[in-house]
Amino acid sequence: MNDPVDGPGPGPVAPDSETPAGEPGSIPGGADAGNSPAQLAEASGPDPQASLMTRITTGNGMVSVLAILLSLIVGAILIAATDERVTEASSYFFARPMDLLGAVWTSVSEAYVALFRSSIFNTQADGFANAIYPLTETLTDATPLILAGLGVALAFRASLFNIGGQGQIIVGALLAGWVGFTLDLPAGIHLILAMVAGIIGGALWGGIAGVLKARRGAHEVIVTIMLNYIALYFLLYLLTTPGFQRPGSNNPISPNIDSSAAYPLIFGSGFRLHYGFVVALAAVAFVWWLLNRSTTGFELRAVGANPLAARTAGINVSKAYITAMVVAGALAGLAGTAQISGTERALSSDIAASFGFDAITVALLGRSKPMGTLFAGLLFGALRAGGVGMQSNTGIPIDIVLVVQSFIVLFIAAPPLVQAIFRINTGKKKSKTTTARTAGTGGAA
Amino acid sequence: MKKSPRTLKRSTGKLAAVLGVSALVLTACGAAPDSGGDDSAASSHPGAADYTGCIVSDSGGFDDRSFNQSSYEGLMKAKKDLGIKTKQAESKAKTDFEPNLNSMVKGGCNLTITVGFLLADATKDLAEKTEDAHFAIIDDDSIDLPNVKPIIYDTAQAAFLAGYLAAGTSETGKVATYGGINIPTVTIFMDGFDEGVQYYNEKNDEKVKVLGWNADKQNGTFTGDFENQGKGKTTTTNFINEGADIIMPVAGPVGLGTIDAVKDANSNGKDAKVVWVDSDGYESLPSGQEFVLTSVMKLMGEAVENVITEDLDDEFDNTPYVGTLENKGVDLAPFHDFDSDVSDDMKSQLDDIKADIISGDIKVESPSSPKK
Repeated sequence: MNDPVDGPGPGPVAPDSETPAGEPGSIPGGADAGNSPAQLAEASGPDPQASLMTRITTGNGMVSVLAILLSLIVGAILIAATDERVTEASSYFFARPMDLLGAVWTSVSEAYVALFRSSIFNTQADGFANAIYPLTETLTDATPLILAGLGVALAFRASLFNIGGQGQIIVGALLAGWVGFTLDLPAGIHLILAMVAGIIGGALWGGIAGVLKARRGAHEVIVTIMLNYIALYFLLYLLTTPGFQRPGSNNPISPNIDSSAAYPLIFGSGFRLHYGFVVALAAVAFVWWLLNRSTTGFELRAVGANPLAARTAGINVSKAYITAMVVAGALAGLAGTAQISGTERALSSDIAASFGFDAITVALLGRSKPMGTLFAGLLFGALRAGGVGMQSNTGIPIDIVLVVQSFIVLFIAAPPLVQAIFRINTGKKKSKTTTARTAGTGGAA
Repeated sequence: MKKSPRTLKRSTGKLAAVLGVSALVLTACGAAPDSGGDDSAASSHPGAADYTGCIVSDSGGFDDRSFNQSSYEGLMKAKKDLGIKTKQAESKAKTDFEPNLNSMVKGGCNLTITVGFLLADATKDLAEKTEDAHFAIIDDDSIDLPNVKPIIYDTAQAAFLAGYLAAGTSETGKVATYGGINIPTVTIFMDGFDEGVQYYNEKNDEKVKVLGWNADKQNGTFTGDFENQGKGKTTTTNFINEGADIIMPVAGPVGLGTIDAVKDANSNGKDAKVVWVDSDGYESLPSGQEFVLTSVMKLMGEAVENVITEDLDDEFDNTPYVGTLENKGVDLAPFHDFDSDVSDDMKSQLDDIKADIISGDIKVESPSSPKK
């Protein structure tokens, strides 16, 4: 992680590259060659810490794909190992070996087929609507993941580790929900106001961490984690007060929001997919524009690459930190709005589920790029949606899906492991990446 | 030549591997079973083989040693006894409820049991949309639909008995209770417990104090969740240090922290006891049974099995099932190891109180009791 006080590393050579850092501009900037300043930073030799952080958060896409593949294999092993039929067949492996292989194949294929059928396309359903129902579920589940993931990814690009997605979602949902169930406004205006409230809530919560980082140097990881707790317990407290409970009940659940404050459903009442998904797509476009086409985005990326160099170049580092956290929080706040106005309709203690933390995984898997985050969000949405069908149709515990997700993080956080397993020729790869990095330099400069 | 530590380590590693593999090989040497032979139990309920009973947990999961687990065990018992098919889905958060429920109904479930008031919205929505599917919801009676049967409990009645017993057994004159989260299904235990203690004080002119719960203000000690056993331990240790010697945790698995704390305290010369909740702790706890004075039982398994049996026999109705002392939906567990410590006088008093509660002579009133 790049702290303002940390200077650049002693040597001009990135710690992992055997070839000297490429001379900037020696190769013309390719259009597609990732103009991430993080890569720029590696080429110009940052300290080892920053390099690790940037390598993990913005490494190459192949590792992501292989990490997913490996995780699915680990998942398959666990599915087979916990299946009773497999255990039974393994007890007489030498008497009839094919039984074991058959049992393994049945249990794993049943599980992954169920995962596919309940996340993409149900081949057994009658009628087209039922067949694509799983896909709409995937998109619905992906909506908060994409939005919160964008928030984390954006902060990553400014070299800020935003663990506070959870708290930002909660505060966003809290304000949006309050607007939704207390105010009485015409349709349209009510929803827009709820969205604005969500954005403000999230931006405020993210902004606190940004300001503390910029003005006092307080580490954003600590601050955002603590803010998560504050948000959660504040919500729990509010849910014990009559203003946030249903009339005549003292259960900790808020009244339902008015239908005027809810996202309309895209395909009618048979499907849960709501226009929050379109908002998420718009947010992807916005973040792409912000990062790649706007001055603010350039400043964020420059600060992320090397705050000292950015300051020397006349960029206001404090302002960049605050901006990054405010926008990241606003995106997470929109994720909170997607929850309250899209699927949940009422505030409860786990309104944020684990989206704030899953968002970190999504951003990592998406390599902190807007499009990458979109696809990672869709993948995780599919895993969530598919996990439901997997556990109800095959009896495999939902935890397997969580293990697969966790292994994805593990493999991404340890690229050398993935490279070793697939025997990726690191030497050859390096020189290629160096070219890309140099190209990146040209692109970003 | 001396083996270097590294080679030593490596050879032990090898040895372990050899042992492990041979263990695997040995266990894999069993004889193959004869193929075929369907041993499914004949059922006295026609149509049981085509009947699917399903359950959706709340975020506690089916291993929460609390209501999700009891309900799940009820379903599993029904599967065994009746020969029905089952499906289950665990929810990790509220956001999973709707997809889980949808998946159940789309998967052809005849009856879906939803565990906990948090599932009420999702259950209601889906029950309105799919009128031919039946639902039973545990711990919530807010839904009034022809195809939804609420299963609720007047737990305060059994907790009242536990409070009376605790007050009569305490040597320090202080008993304590704490909850996971301040919600009605938790505080109903604490209300009943407190009322039982007050009733004991009134009858015997004593001044036994209850720590951790103020029934008038409906507020007290809560750990904040149903997961953190460490908080359960700290809370309990604090109670014991304040002089309480009987503690009732109403926090699912968090209560395991109480067992820990009591174990520590008793090895340091204290004599603390635990009142377990939901299931008979003497039977359900992995260890520490010797500290369980009694348990306030909420018998969800039986209710679940009954509802399924009724539905299977086409006798489903939407009248709420209210578990009381009368219908044995709630009860005080046996004293097990403490049986000889509880005086016969106390036992007969408890029997009298129980009869009085059933007849209505003693009214246990918690704001969280089921509304009649």
